[in-house]
Amino acid sequence: MNPSKETIARLASLCITLLVYAQAAQAHVNKGEAAGFLSGLKHPISGLDHVVAMIAVGLWGAQLGAPAIWVLPVAFPMVMACGGMLGLLGVPLPGIEIGIAASAILLGAAVMMELRPPIAVAAVLVGFFAIFHGYAHGSELPAGQSGLLYSIGFVMATGCLHGVGISIGLVHRWSWGQRALRLAGVAIALAGIFFMWKVFA
Amino acid sequence: MSRSVAHHRAITLAFALLCLLLPARAEAHLPSIGLGPVYDGIFHLFLSPEDLIPVIAIALLAGQKGAALGRRVLWTLPVAWFLGGFIGMYSAHPKSSALTCVSFLVLGLCIASTAKIAPSVLTGLAMLLGFFHGYLNGTGVSRFDDGTYFLLGLSLAVFVVLAIFSSFVIPLHKQWTLIVVRVAGSWIAAMGLLMLGWTFRRAP
Repeated sequence: MNPSKETIARLASLCITLLVYAQAAQAHVNKGEAAGFLSGLKHPISGLDHVVAMIAVGLWGAQLGAPAIWVLPVAFPMVMACGGMLGLLGVPLPGIEIGIAASAILLGAAVMMELRPPIAVAAVLVGFFAIFHGYAHGSELPAGQSGLLYSIGFVMATGCLHGVGISIGLVHRWSWGQRALRLAGVAIALAGIFFMWKVFA
Repeated sequence: MSRSVAHHRAITLAFALLCLLLPARAEAHLPSIGLGPVYDGIFHLFLSPEDLIPVIAIALLAGQKGAALGRRVLWTLPVAWFLGGFIGMYSAHPKSSALTCVSFLVLGLCIASTAKIAPSVLTGLAMLLGFFHGYLNGTGVSRFDDGTYFLLGLSLAVFVVLAIFSSFVIPLHKQWTLIVVRVAGSWIAAMGLLMLGWTFRRAP
């Protein structure tokens, strides 16, 4: 049933009234909590290296179809969190930036060539790179903020980036979409080469 | 506008004006009606992700296992939470955040892997979770005289959150909706892993 114009007008006037009726937010529940969540949420989005790799995982999963389309997004956050935990515990992991740049190159190449390895191989490859991303980004909590809220924001943002990749990857059902995805893979691999160049520059 | 609608509006307006003319005591100050700690307990759950997320997680897990188990957990967890809190009120042991991380991790992994769990094990898990988190909450409220009301509000909020989330998951049958629940489990497990890292973090 479609709402009538009168109903829409009433709802709009109610919303405007509520907006005008501004009160104190009482948002400061605990020191640093809101900031911790927002820091975690923004962290994966603020780094292009992280963004392109996460989207590449989603695109590749969409190209591979079931069960990879859901195995990869389920496996990635957990392995990434393992990497973050290693970073927090101070376990040394050499070549972090190289690993992140290599993830963009290899995942971009996999999307570009529409590689179809066995699901276990794809999961191991994605999981391997997830450790580097988690190690680099998961442990960078600004001082004075809540670690739990940062973790929640960080995991949610990473998962949403996968969701964006999968949503874009759904164009794979059309022939023009398959070509577009391969082009996106080229762009991701080129971005990875740029990140690698920056590491050694 | 028809005549009947105008008439109806006039009556509504008259009734509203009549209500305005009959001011009564608002009883808005919670201490005077004794409901303050109850609301504190309710809001505590929604403002404490370390308590809220495990409740959501066990609701998702119980929902995955069907209505019968969902109903069992629905009654077990809030009662265990209240009892744990009651015992916690009379003890003064410090909080252990490491065990909170474990509840995230265990429940998240069970959801993500759709692990086969015996009904008795899940019930035991709900009791353990409720008792432990309730105990931690109880140690925090022991200084209040009306901590029991706080725990009552908290347990009621746990009941409501459990009911909403498990009843949301139970009827899901489409493949992609079940996957969404598993992805949520993997996120919860990932949060638990990161929390564990924060707990044992080595100073730089």
